Amino acid sequence: MLSYALRRIAGTVPTLLVIISVSFCVVRLAPGGPFAQEQALPPPVRANLERLYGLDQPLTVQYAHYLRGLLRGDFGPSLGQRDFTVSELIAQGLPLSATLGLAAILLAVLTGVPAGVLAALWRNRGADYCITTLAAVALALPSFVTGPLFALVFGLYLRWLPVAGWQHGAPRYLVLPVLTLALPVAAYLARLTRASLLEVLGAHYVLSARARGLGAARVLWRHALRPALMPAVSYLGPAVAFVMTGSLVVETVFGLPGTGRYLVEGAIDRDYPLVMGMVVVYGSLTLLLNLIADLIYGALDPGVRRE
Amino acid sequence: MNEQARTAVRGLWRDAGRRLTGNRIALAALGVIVLVALFALLAPALSPWGYDSLDWEHLALPPGASAAHWLGTDRLGRDLLVRTLHGVRLSLLISVLASLVSLVIGVLWGAVAGLAGGRTDGWMMRLVDVLYSLPYLFIVIILTTLWRRGSIAALLLALGAVGWLTTARIVRGQALALKQREFIEAARAVGVPAPAILLRHIVPNLLGPVLVYATLIVPQMIVFESFLSFLGLGVQEPHASLGNLILTGAQEMESAPWLLLVPAAFLVVLLICFNFLGDGLRDAFDPRAR
Repeated sequence: MLSYALRRIAGTVPTLLVIISVSFCVVRLAPGGPFAQEQALPPPVRANLERLYGLDQPLTVQYAHYLRGLLRGDFGPSLGQRDFTVSELIAQGLPLSATLGLAAILLAVLTGVPAGVLAALWRNRGADYCITTLAAVALALPSFVTGPLFALVFGLYLRWLPVAGWQHGAPRYLVLPVLTLALPVAAYLARLTRASLLEVLGAHYVLSARARGLGAARVLWRHALRPALMPAVSYLGPAVAFVMTGSLVVETVFGLPGTGRYLVEGAIDRDYPLVMGMVVVYGSLTLLLNLIADLIYGALDPGVRRE
Repeated sequence: MNEQARTAVRGLWRDAGRRLTGNRIALAALGVIVLVALFALLAPALSPWGYDSLDWEHLALPPGASAAHWLGTDRLGRDLLVRTLHGVRLSLLISVLASLVSLVIGVLWGAVAGLAGGRTDGWMMRLVDVLYSLPYLFIVIILTTLWRRGSIAALLLALGAVGWLTTARIVRGQALALKQREFIEAARAVGVPAPAILLRHIVPNLLGPVLVYATLIVPQMIVFESFLSFLGLGVQEPHASLGNLILTGAQEMESAPWLLLVPAAFLVVLLICFNFLGDGLRDAFDPRAR
């Protein structure tokens, strides 16, 4: 297990470096810098601004400077919101986005997996059809449709929950965003779990456990459930990426001041350091959570560790 | 041998066609998609209103309140039905073209990797894995910063640039299997150069599974396009796409909920139909996958 873990961790570092380098190049390749979009600046002013932000130096020097900064946790100054550094902006927004994301994934696991298990146990009965149909519909609806619809129904018509805003993290304000984020992930988990549990329940060792006279509940709990959950565990990595993307929408719809908005605003304002910072943060988070999912997978399934 | 291969392919297509026509849900879905697409193509031309023509007499009119605007108007007095149909048209156009771009990249990438094998294959697929593990809409957002905002060509390229990953994986697997077949070996033995083998022998044999996957890419591209337009990075006003219509609707749902509900309903119907059609095609081409 230890060598498996070490190999996985060692594989992650170069990937992160590739992500940083490629996005650095892409961002710098973009024609028209952050100062080109505004009304044409007098050349000396522009030259001074570029010197201030180090944009007049050769790309390799800028790249080395950026990497050195990253090691210290310094993402550089934001070009759009001039009073803040990118690190300050991230520190402001990340706690909220992380809370949203974690709560959504937790909710999705706690509802999706049991729903899938129930659907598999009640195969081809009413409850199964309900769950699979609901999951299909939930998967077809993108979050920029469900979010506003939830706000319309629960916020405006029923008046159960606030439509938008956040009041410094009051739980009432986070219910609808978390629900919006969790819905497709829960639907996908239910589908995955149902399919894999059905497969496992047909396997020889489950039949033989039943033949030895073990009760259905005991067979499910001791023998069938663990292998049936493997696909759900390996989906957690992609689920995180999915939730991160969804957070862009949810933060827009519900007016939450998280990091998802920064990426969009950074792209609109051509605030390169901000976009880069978000790529680095989200890229490393994705890799980290993929790594954790891999390690859980390895812990559950010894076969994966060899190879 | 070529003749034999051809009958096998024809048999596969005919079987698939029969299974598909037996699948009522998939057929109904196809019918709805065709109807909506035709309606979106023809109706705006028949309407007296353009997507950007303003009707100062009728601002923010709810649906059914006036015979001149069936589904009402927005705050600027633009006909909602006409705008939504324009949006459907633009969304369909962008997503079909973006799917084509991503298919071309994916087929070539996967076929080259599968055919080359060894270290080249390893590196090419490693790149696919890395891109796969990233939230791909982030890549699209970074790519949209490269061009002027609202440029449709940029949107196409950015969407096409991320959609090819799954295609590349499918195609590589198929190419690895095809490579072992006798007719490829024969072509190599008579001295056909590698690019010609790739384009003349490998790619045509891959098309079946790739076409099935293509019907699943189109709805994904519709979602991506609407997503970007929703965030303000895609299609810009006064042009209408389902995404920016939903954005406007979400901003004004308190006073004019129909601005949200109409485009959202069109989007949801299209997506659900495309999903049913894709599932039907997958079952038709690969009955074991059920």
